[in-house]
Amino acid sequence: MGPPVTLVGRSLVAGTAEGRTVVLEEPLSFWGGVDPRTGLVIDGHHPQHGVSLAGSVLVLPAGRGSSSSSSVLAESIRAGTAPVAIVLSEPDPILALGAIVARELYGSVVPIVALDPAAFAVAAGARALRIDGGAVEPR
Amino acid sequence: MELTADERAMRDGRDGEAAATAMRILVETAEVMGASRLLAISRAHIDGCLYHGEAGLAFAELLRIQGGRVAVPTTLNVASLDLVHPGRVRLDAETAAAGRRLMDAYVAMGCRPTFTCAPYQLPDPPVLGEQIAWAESNAIVFANAVLGARTERYGDFIDVCCALTGRAPAVGLHTDEGRRARAVVRIDADVRPGLLEESAGLAALGTVLGHAVGTRIPAIVGLPPETDADGLKALGAAAASSGAIAMFHAVGVTPEAPTLEAALGGGRPDLELVVRAADLRAARDELGAAFDGTLGAVSLGTPHASATELDRILATVERDRPVVPVYVNVARDVLASTDPERLDASGIIVVSDTCTYLVPVIADAEGCVMTDSGKWAWYAPGNLGLRPVFATTRECLRSAALGRVWRDDALWDPR
Repeated sequence: MGPPVTLVGRSLVAGTAEGRTVVLEEPLSFWGGVDPRTGLVIDGHHPQHGVSLAGSVLVLPAGRGSSSSSSVLAESIRAGTAPVAIVLSEPDPILALGAIVARELYGSVVPIVALDPAAFAVAAGARALRIDGGAVEPR
Repeated sequence: MELTADERAMRDGRDGEAAATAMRILVETAEVMGASRLLAISRAHIDGCLYHGEAGLAFAELLRIQGGRVAVPTTLNVASLDLVHPGRVRLDAETAAAGRRLMDAYVAMGCRPTFTCAPYQLPDPPVLGEQIAWAESNAIVFANAVLGARTERYGDFIDVCCALTGRAPAVGLHTDEGRRARAVVRIDADVRPGLLEESAGLAALGTVLGHAVGTRIPAIVGLPPETDADGLKALGAAAASSGAIAMFHAVGVTPEAPTLEAALGGGRPDLELVVRAADLRAARDELGAAFDGTLGAVSLGTPHASATELDRILATVERDRPVVPVYVNVARDVLASTDPERLDASGIIVVSDTCTYLVPVIADAEGCVMTDSGKWAWYAPGNLGLRPVFATTRECLRSAALGRVWRDDALWDPR
């Protein structure tokens, strides 16, 4: 392995955060897919059903489905069960909006970054990530 | 992102604190959507009035306390309570109180208390080419496909930001390029024409589309030219439930598709498929296969029944009396134009302001619930643990009169 490289993506919601990664293999709809009271993945069809997202840097290929996912992410941030940051492989306005509104209401910042596929694959292989704006640093 | 002088002034507080908050959030989200500017909208439809938790209520009350007033005529989607029929929704007192506060917050900001998922049934619907910001997946697809009005897929939070500012991101379905079909779906000749006259047949077709086309806009070839608004409503609602469809064209039926070439806008499709009778039958059985246990209830009107649909349901139950409860979701505005004595005498249970797949209304449904709605069948099991059997309206009401599941299987056979 070479020295760790900082990946650069598109910052959707600005901020800094650091944590262990939870890497999801498939897209996830927060509405119907995450319980904001516990932070657990509750979508029975998802391969990582039962995994906790709380406090993690969530590495998620894409959001999916309902626009009510904005509400569920905002509610998770309020309840303290949300990821500390989200790394995506494509921009997702629905998740970004949830984080923007939670910041507006509660002052809690959950940064969201979109990476290109090659950089996303590197992030998905990291045990921990540090996010600073569009910069994603494997730890 | 380029803002006009007017938009900058709004962001900087000229029109009050709530409009400034809304403009800031709208601009940040519009940038994520890839917009380089905003455009003016003429109306909005908000679905943030359904209670999902404290954050949604906190947001609405923040905007109300900041003096929020909608900048364009704004209607409200279904909520968590039926204010027309108090007591019909069985929520715990705390959730009911929070749900009521949320409804009140939006009304206080100048939204019309329509509480319907079918705002296109209200007088003065949007027209061809009109730029609007609508939330609620079935309303979005109806506005785009059937009315030819232009809205992106808006939802919680962004809907009220658009309403308070009178602006939306100038991207996607708001633009000519974003409305072109990218998939062509042909209905095979083995599908019985009678099936495509039934809302359930069209909902089965919508379910197939939702699975098959991903985020592409489909152009459907072979839909009968006389397919009416209620049928297109059923198709769109099912397509937006099983998939991510926010727009479709039906050649010779919808306003932007006089021909297949027009729907494709000069481009070429990257997906072509044929839908056969067997595909529609498979979709029907996926939504709710036959069940020989108890029939607990029938639920119709998802999305909310039109005046025409309600009249047809009433005429049927007047001839053929149900022996199990028949629930029909109807907008309060549509209900207001229906004879209350006729409704009372019919014995059907009308639900307004909300929907039987969202909140607990159907009391002690032992066994299955029959529905003609693809959307209801898609969501009710997960939301409420109800077991659907999906069938045509006629099959549902005949079953209600017999007290057991009855289906006319021949309709779904290949020709």
